[in-house]
Amino acid sequence: MTLGRFVVCWLIAAAALVLEGCAVAPGSTRGDPLESMNRAVFSFNETIDAEVLKPAATSYQIIVPEFVRTSIENFFNNFNDGWSAINQLLQAKPAAALEMGLKFGVNTVFGFGGFVDVAGAGIERRSEDFGQTLGRWGLGPGPYLVLPLLGPSTLRDTVSLAADWKAIPEAFVERGGERWALATVHVISVRAGLLSATRALDEIALDKYSLIRDGYLARRRNQIYDGNPPDEPEADDSSDATEAAPPK
Amino acid sequence: MFRRVLLGLVLCAAQAFAQAEVAPDAFVMQLSSEIIDAVKSDQQIQSGDVARIRVLVDSKIVPNVNLQRMVVKSVGPQWRTATPDQQKRLTEEFKTYLINTYSGALTQVKDQSIKLRPVRTGANPNEVVIGTDVVGKGDPIQLDYRLEKAGDTWKIFDFNVLGLWATDSFRSQFARDLSAGGIDALIDRLTEKNKAIAGSKG
Repeated sequence: MTLGRFVVCWLIAAAALVLEGCAVAPGSTRGDPLESMNRAVFSFNETIDAEVLKPAATSYQIIVPEFVRTSIENFFNNFNDGWSAINQLLQAKPAAALEMGLKFGVNTVFGFGGFVDVAGAGIERRSEDFGQTLGRWGLGPGPYLVLPLLGPSTLRDTVSLAADWKAIPEAFVERGGERWALATVHVISVRAGLLSATRALDEIALDKYSLIRDGYLARRRNQIYDGNPPDEPEADDSSDATEAAPPK
Repeated sequence: MFRRVLLGLVLCAAQAFAQAEVAPDAFVMQLSSEIIDAVKSDQQIQSGDVARIRVLVDSKIVPNVNLQRMVVKSVGPQWRTATPDQQKRLTEEFKTYLINTYSGALTQVKDQSIKLRPVRTGANPNEVVIGTDVVGKGDPIQLDYRLEKAGDTWKIFDFNVLGLWATDSFRSQFARDLSAGGIDALIDRLTEKNKAIAGSKG
């Protein structure tokens, strides 16, 4: 089963559940009608992360020297930059597209295929993916989804994966075995980059699931509007509710 | 003649008084720079002494925060059902939790600097959102503040990291404990969490 078909199957399953669970289930949060299913998948992902991913990423961080890890990170980021440029064009942002295209070009040609980030801080990275493109053109996020292994997403962002996955290095590798090897390195590299952030998250989160969900949804909204989302009406301040109920 | 002198004096005083007022963006920049400089220059903090960061946050940041408004906003409508004693305990634990959270973030500060984003004034002159970016080696991290006017200066009553407002996040996380066992359950959970954080780093 190819990755593409896997995504499609998952989408059909999710869509079926969405249609079935359209009414907000009691106890679930707005924007997360599939909360109980999501929490179950989240639990599963956490287990896999603790047993497999985190140990692998930690070893990777300890064993592999920093400049090698940075080069690998640069290689994958470079592909992202190329895809970002295309998405910026799709979002009618020609200036940003030109800049990101330049960053991709410079790093690919002068950076040994992307392993060295020659452009560096000189050209600021503005990441765009197909989900943001769809969002920019008005497609709402749809329900929050926790994907097996892949983690937080929305219906829109999941659908966009099909497009995003055409632009990653793995898509250009012919043989299946090599493709999986590359994908493994990719995943471990990303996970290692997130180790200190997830450590901090583990420490402060009272409810890790909702923190990740709220963080993901807010971040996506932010990314679509490039840091300037329209103001949402503030939740009721209750700042006048400082008097307490009489003691029981 | 005397009236003109008096008028002159009054205008001078008014001018001086106006200059004593702090603009919200200047307030944020000053506070942020103070904290970042303190973290960068302190050897013990750079070598991982989190307790020292907590002391720093307690002494420099907490006085500039409207803690009451933050905790009420983070707990939501159930705040009204709490007794004065519960509210006091909840506020105390919330303050510790906030200090722990912020200190955790500050441990990551190595060579970052703060850049202000253009100020957008809203309809209400007594409240404003100030946006900053924490710029370092990786992508810039967005860090915004909601400020309310407090005399000549301002107080923070909410902050936003990468698009997520802290009080929204707290409200969502607190909701589980609140619905499970009410205010007392939340207080217990926060107390437990604070102990765990303090225990792990010392």
